[in-house]
Amino acid sequence: MTDLKNINLEECLELLKRKKISSKELVSFYLKEAELNKELNAYISLNSENAIKSAEESDKRIASNTTRPLEGVPLAIKDLFCTKDVLTTAASKMLNNFIPTYESTVTQKLWDAGAILLGKTNLDEFAMGSSNETSFYGPSINPWSKDRKKYVPGGSSGGSASAVSGNIAIAATGTDTGGSIRQPASYCGIVGLKPTYGRCSRWGIVSFASSLDQAGPMTKTVNDAALMLDVMAGYDEKDSTSANLEKINFYKNLKKNKKLRIGIPKQYKNDQLNKEIIKFWELGIDFFKKNNCEVIEIDLPHTEYALATYYIISSAEASSNLARYDGIRYGLRKVSEDINNLYEQTRSDGFGDEVKRRIMVGTYVLSAGYYDAYYLKAQKVRSKIINDFNQAFKKVDVIFTPTAPSDAFEQGSKIDDPIQMYLNDVFTVPVSLAGLPAISVPIGLSSNNLPLGFQIIGKRFDEDSVLSAAKIIEENANFKKEIG
Amino acid sequence: MQNLKDWETVIGLEIHAQIISKSKLFSGASTNFGSEPNTQVSLVDAAMPGMLPVINKDCVKQAIKTGLGLNGQINKRSVFDRKNYFYPDLPQGYQISQFTQPIVGKGSIEIDLKDGSSKKIGITRLHLEQDAGKSVHDLEPNKTYIDLNRSGIALMEIVSEPDIRSAEEAQEYVKKLRSILRYIGTCDGNMEEGSLRCDVNISVRKKGEELGTRSEIKNVNSIKSIGQAVDYEFKRQIEIINSGGKIDQETRLFDEKKGETRSMRTKEEAHDYRYFPDPDLPPLEIKDDWINQIKKNLPELPDVKKEKLIKEHKISSYEAAILVSDKNNVEFFDKIINENKKRNPKNIANWIIGDLFSLLNKNNLEIKNSPVKAEDLGELIDLIEDSTISGKIAKNVFEEMFKTKKKAKDIIEKKGLKQITNIDEIETIINKVLNNNKDKVEEYKSGKEKLFGYFIGQVMQETEGTANPGIVNEILKKKLAN
Amino acid sequence: MDIDKKLVKKIATLSKMKIEENEVEKFSNELSKIINWVEKLNEVDTKNITPITNPSDIKIPFRKDKINDGKIKDKILKNAPEKKAGYFVVPKVVE
Repeated sequence: MTDLKNINLEECLELLKRKKISSKELVSFYLKEAELNKELNAYISLNSENAIKSAEESDKRIASNTTRPLEGVPLAIKDLFCTKDVLTTAASKMLNNFIPTYESTVTQKLWDAGAILLGKTNLDEFAMGSSNETSFYGPSINPWSKDRKKYVPGGSSGGSASAVSGNIAIAATGTDTGGSIRQPASYCGIVGLKPTYGRCSRWGIVSFASSLDQAGPMTKTVNDAALMLDVMAGYDEKDSTSANLEKINFYKNLKKNKKLRIGIPKQYKNDQLNKEIIKFWELGIDFFKKNNCEVIEIDLPHTEYALATYYIISSAEASSNLARYDGIRYGLRKVSEDINNLYEQTRSDGFGDEVKRRIMVGTYVLSAGYYDAYYLKAQKVRSKIINDFNQAFKKVDVIFTPTAPSDAFEQGSKIDDPIQMYLNDVFTVPVSLAGLPAISVPIGLSSNNLPLGFQIIGKRFDEDSVLSAAKIIEENANFKKEIG
Repeated sequence: MQNLKDWETVIGLEIHAQIISKSKLFSGASTNFGSEPNTQVSLVDAAMPGMLPVINKDCVKQAIKTGLGLNGQINKRSVFDRKNYFYPDLPQGYQISQFTQPIVGKGSIEIDLKDGSSKKIGITRLHLEQDAGKSVHDLEPNKTYIDLNRSGIALMEIVSEPDIRSAEEAQEYVKKLRSILRYIGTCDGNMEEGSLRCDVNISVRKKGEELGTRSEIKNVNSIKSIGQAVDYEFKRQIEIINSGGKIDQETRLFDEKKGETRSMRTKEEAHDYRYFPDPDLPPLEIKDDWINQIKKNLPELPDVKKEKLIKEHKISSYEAAILVSDKNNVEFFDKIINENKKRNPKNIANWIIGDLFSLLNKNNLEIKNSPVKAEDLGELIDLIEDSTISGKIAKNVFEEMFKTKKKAKDIIEKKGLKQITNIDEIETIINKVLNNNKDKVEEYKSGKEKLFGYFIGQVMQETEGTANPGIVNEILKKKLAN
Repeated sequence: MDIDKKLVKKIATLSKMKIEENEVEKFSNELSKIINWVEKLNEVDTKNITPITNPSDIKIPFRKDKINDGKIKDKILKNAPEKKAGYFVVPKVVE
């Protein structure tokens, strides 16, 4: 009997192709597993009925050998992607009743490739958070918590990370604005890839920060991430920030062995950094050296300003992007006889505290008298950060850093201190500001028996190098994917 | 009583012109006027979650054309900014506009005033922005109904320098601007339908002194209203200052019925629009090639055409101004003169402005729907020129052409209106008339010279007006001299 | 820069949210902390630096002027909390 629980996407596709399992079996199995593991709270909704129907369709195609690249595979989709006729909540009370009449470009590509919607995964409300604790539907749990205290899966794509890591999804999609794919991937011991800004379309994804948001795969292996990226990526004329480039076959390109120059940013290594993380960092560097890669120290001088820059810019954009949630055309409405009151009650009731905080910070930094000092300043510092990377990439092909400054933290331990929460993103945020591709790949377990992931950053549109370098870590680290 | 002569008014106008295009600025929904509510709305226009803007190339082209028509500086790089505020007919909670880097910079237009002088009015800038939807307040007592059909239609906001100094100048500015927009086909300038909207910024000051505080007048929906609003505000502001008060910098509404402006009651504190560059839209870059191509294909502007009419065709300034006031007039004129360069342009102008306009006005028609086509009028003019018919008969023929849409030649044939120019023929008729009126001939010969006109009249009657008057005159004179 | 209670209320009004009296102090504290924290950007010398709005160097893509959208009234109104005769309905707005 095939162990369906621990298979990855690549293996799954092989089994389906060789007709060792049917799509219907696969989908039924995962729906059941999802039900059995409700305590993870990884899913906001399951697509039970339609998933089975789609599986039956896929089985027909498999039988007649008219399969598409991801035929018959169930996928978990972060509940930030609008899925046609399927509840899409952004984990917010504001959209708790919203059923889109349209499908996001990225998910449509997945369905066109034969994949099946298993369910919508939990996240931090409107993608704002690093722990999945701000969700209207309750927090998601890190499966590595097992029978001890509850650890966070990270955020904002906590549900997707939890599902893949907890084996109640074969693979998932997430979105990354400041680290929302990479950091939960690190905490949950899975692979999470944030493509170059513009690589995947943003059309139909609930917008948080327009100049930072990117959709990406969250998977068990690097190969799986490449398989999914092949389908998810591509130009979309409905998105003015979408890159119009020649199609690349990322999965095929992985087979080629790349000799890479690895950059280690000296500003990321300071004495405040966790000793375990430094140990694993050195281990990773060794892996690269063993694989004929040159390791070079590089300079990213404006690193310490990245978080503040990110929070100003992302909050400003969010404050404007979330203005459309006003109770008028869709979503929550608090009835009132006065329009102003309707706005205020709806938005106060519909948004959670973290969302409110960011909207207010964003409104403040854009307001008259403060724009120059905060927003404009941040955009200038952003320019300097981008320049730092451009300079560094003259000397190296990829940059290797920890994904997060620690392993997963306990639920409730940071939620009352926004800034402590924001510091989780210190390594991931500079990448987002520069729009670069980056992946988190698990390297080992902390002394607390929780996963640690490391990040590989590449040049714009060079996901190939990022994936190749990630493979080196993956193959050498031999991370125990089984929890326990 | 206050001496208004010591005061002057400083006026700047902000015009919002709806761009002529098939689809909206950032979405592919139609821009048609008057459809059923919310039928011309895309997901983007309704600001559904995850929707993104994509810009309409033609709208950009229209803005460039307009900029060129206003002698404006086309900015090769411009940026779209979000203007953030809440209003039910603004689905995004922000309007996509241009704040710091508009598509067109400084320009100017010339206006002609009643006293015959011309004045240059500067234009500060032109930028692209989205129109908002419509709020309907009178369909249910305690509710407002929202229709988003208009939401997202492309607008050009054209801001003038505060160079305007009177109601007349304000009106002429808008008229001239409207005619330019119509000429180049970028806006139909229909103020009643709201495709051209005007906000008036007005302040007063004693001549020679510093600028006063200005008020912004909204809801000025016609040329007439512009004049009224300016006159009213001028007096209102002076009265306040004269009685020791201060002018509030505020937005006021123009009340068409009363011809007055009044303060907007629900004036919250000044909007903080928190403009910032729209991260969903990269900067707009316009290449020189494109600008040059557009320049080449730009139709002749009214001022240039007017000069040509005066210089080349020797048409009076007054008539030239009337012709160029509407591109359709010019096209009509051009068709006639271009078909046959031998035709007399002054004649053509007279016929158009006199006879044609008169009948069009009577029948409430526009020249583009004229029952008499340009070629047909041209033919008529030729028939007068070659003496086929007289000028007087031609006027009747023209009326008949207008009524029946028939061609001149057909009407002349059918009614036998051809001018008689045959000397023998005319002489025969004259002899007949003189023979029938022997007594009057005697009277004429004994001094009653007025009877000459009587004889002409009789000849005309006999020939139903078709005898060539010149020839009749000559022959009659000869005969009566004997 | 401290975000005092008055400023919190002003920002809340601008962003059309209502902060209850008993929460104003909490938000005031949190926002002040955040704003003070981001002020470290003042340490960076940004003279003559062009601000960046979007990390990509994509030029704005153009769309042809074609009518290829709209006429989806039912979809547009489908999720509306209140609608009538094809319109969205809201409480009377006084202009």
